[in-house]
Amino acid sequence: MHIVVCIKQVPDSAQIRVHPVTNTIMRQGVPTIVNPYDLFALEAALRLRDQFGATVTVLTMGPPMAEDTLRKALGFGADRGVLLTDRAFAGSDTLATSYSQAILRIGALWGAPEIVFTGKQTIDGDTAQVGPGIARRLGLNQVTYVAAITDLDTVAGTIALTRRAEGGVQELATRLPVLVTMLEGSNDVRRGSLPDVLRAARAEIQVWSAADAGIADMTKTGLRGSPTVVKRVFAPPARAEKAERVEVPGGSPNELAEALIGRIYAHKPALEADLLRTAAIGY
Amino acid sequence: MSDAGKPTAPPRPAGRAAMKKELPDHFKAYRHVWVFVEYEHGAIHPVSLELLGEGRKLADKLGAELAGVLLGEDRAALLPEIATVCEYGADLVYLVAQPILAHYRNEPFTRAMTDLVNTYKPEIVLLGATVLGRDLAGSVATTLQTGLTADCTELAIDDERSLAATRPTFGGSLLCTIHTLNYRPQMATVRPRVMPMPPRVPGRTGRVIEHPLDLREEDVVTKVLRFLPDRDSTKSQLAYADIVVAGGLGLRSPENLQLVRNLADVLGGDWGGSRPLVQKGWMSSDRQIGQTGKTIRPKLYIAAGISGAIQHRVGVEGADLIVAINTDPHAPIFDFAHIGIIADATEILPALTEAFRKRLTVNRLAG
Repeated sequence: MHIVVCIKQVPDSAQIRVHPVTNTIMRQGVPTIVNPYDLFALEAALRLRDQFGATVTVLTMGPPMAEDTLRKALGFGADRGVLLTDRAFAGSDTLATSYSQAILRIGALWGAPEIVFTGKQTIDGDTAQVGPGIARRLGLNQVTYVAAITDLDTVAGTIALTRRAEGGVQELATRLPVLVTMLEGSNDVRRGSLPDVLRAARAEIQVWSAADAGIADMTKTGLRGSPTVVKRVFAPPARAEKAERVEVPGGSPNELAEALIGRIYAHKPALEADLLRTAAIGY
Repeated sequence: MSDAGKPTAPPRPAGRAAMKKELPDHFKAYRHVWVFVEYEHGAIHPVSLELLGEGRKLADKLGAELAGVLLGEDRAALLPEIATVCEYGADLVYLVAQPILAHYRNEPFTRAMTDLVNTYKPEIVLLGATVLGRDLAGSVATTLQTGLTADCTELAIDDERSLAATRPTFGGSLLCTIHTLNYRPQMATVRPRVMPMPPRVPGRTGRVIEHPLDLREEDVVTKVLRFLPDRDSTKSQLAYADIVVAGGLGLRSPENLQLVRNLADVLGGDWGGSRPLVQKGWMSSDRQIGQTGKTIRPKLYIAAGISGAIQHRVGVEGADLIVAINTDPHAPIFDFAHIGIIADATEILPALTEAFRKRLTVNRLAG
C-alpha cells in the first residue's frame, strides 16, 4: 500500500504581528511550523502503515526552506519526502492543482496511492478546500473531518471511517482510492524514534520544480491560474468612539463593579429586565 | 482648500489585482444569487436563514433574484421548508428531491449542486461554513473550476457588479477582500452567527423549480452505515446564548476560568475563552470564541483579560454590548468594546459576580 500525506509549512500565526503605524504584516522573524492539523494526518498514515504495512510519502509545496517540514515528517517515521518548489507557484490561492499533479507524478514513480491524507485545514488559510480540491481533480472518494479509520481491507479495496457531521457523527464505508482529511484530536501524534530522527537528518529529499512534477500548463497553477484575487489587505478600522471608560478613582473592585453595572444598564435598559427574568426562572 | 474633508483615494492595488476585469462571454449570462439551504435530519440549519438575509441584500443591490437551493430525500417533507425559505426572503426555490439525497454525502450533493449551477447559471452561490457546507463548497467549486472564499465576515457588491468577499487572513491578524474575477459563479461560505437573522415575513411566497438528478444509488460509492447524534447538545448553545462571559490570558491561570464561569452562571449565560486558552490546553476548542471558534451575537458580551486580536474581534462584533476588562489601556479590545475597565480581570470578575448576584437575588425575594 502506498499512502501520500500532504503537509504544509505555515507561519506560527500566534506570533504574527502587525506594524502599528503602517498596518503591514511584520513577517520577519516569525517562526514556521508544520501546520498543526497536518500532524494528525501524518499520524493516521503512520498508524495504518504500522498495522497493514505501507510506504508513506510526504508531499509539501513551498519555498526551499519548506524542506525542514519534510525532515520533521521523516523524523516521525515517514519513508519519503517530496518538496515541490517553484517561483511559478507564488501567489497561488489554493494548492490543490499543484498537489494533484505532484501526486500523479508520485504515483507514476512509486505506485498510485491508495490513500491520500491531508489535515482538516491550514492555520494560515483556514479554507479547508485543498483536500476536497485534490479529491475532485484526482477522482478520489472524498471523506472529510475523519475522526477514526475503523476498518481497512486493502485486498477488497474498502475502507470504513467515522466522520464528524453536523450534530453528530457519520459511520461511512467507501472504496479505495480515497482522500481523507483528518480531524484535530483524532490521535496523539507520536514522538520520532531516535533512528528515524537520525535518518531524517541525512535523508535525500526529492526537490521538484513544476516541470519535474509534470505540470506543463502553467496557466492552471500559480498566479495566473487562481480564480480568486486578493484586492486589499487591511486592518479593520477602530469604531468611531473608543470604549467608554468606567473609572472610580481610588475605588475598590466592588465600587468599580457597581459602577460598571450602572453603565451597562444605562446602555441597554432592557437588559436589566432580561437578567431578572432569567434569574427568576433559573435560581 | 483643505484636503482634510476629502475621502482619501484607496491605495492602488498591486499586480494582478489591478488587472482589468473582462468576464468571458459565456459567463455574462450568469445571473441571480443563490443560497444553499442546509437541510438535514428534518431541519434547516439556522446559518442558511442568516444567509438568505444576506443574499437578499446582495440580490437587491444587483437587481437580481434570490433563490434557495433545497436538496433532500422526500418531496412531501420538503414542502413546508420551501415555505420557510421564501418567508426568509427567497423569490424562488430550486428543489431536488431524491432518495439518494437522504443523508449528506459529498458525491450526490456535489452532483446535484453542479447540475443546478450549470443549468440555471447563478452569479453568486453562498453556503454556510458548517462541516457540511465546507465539504460541499470545496468540491463544487473545484468541479466548476471557479473561485471560493471561505469564512467571510462581510459580503458586498462593488461598482462592477462583482462580489467583494472579506475574510480574516494571516491567522486573523488582518482582513482581506477577495474577488473572483473571470469565473462564475462567485462562491463564498459564511460561518454561523456572522450575519444577523433576518425577519421572517409570514405568507411571503415564491416559485418552485424542481430539478431531476440523474444518479442511481449503485453509482454512489460511499455508503452511510450509521448516524450517531451528539449526546451533549448543550455544547453548541454558546453561539446562540444571550449573555456570554469569556476569559483570555489576562486570567493568568486555568483555575481562574472558574471566575468566568461563576459570572456566567449568575447572569444565566454561557462562557468561553480566546484562542490562546485552547492552545495552552486550559479549555476545549468548542468553547473558543473567534474566527476559528464560535461566532457569537449575544445581547451582552463581557471579555475578561482578552486583548482583542482581529481573529477574536470578528467573532464577537455582532454583540449588542461589549464590555472589556483589561489591564492594558492600549489593548485593541478597547477599539471595539463599548464599555471598558482598565483593571485586573481576576479582581473585577468576583466583585462583578457578587454585585450582580445581590441585585438579581434581592429582586427575586421582593418579587
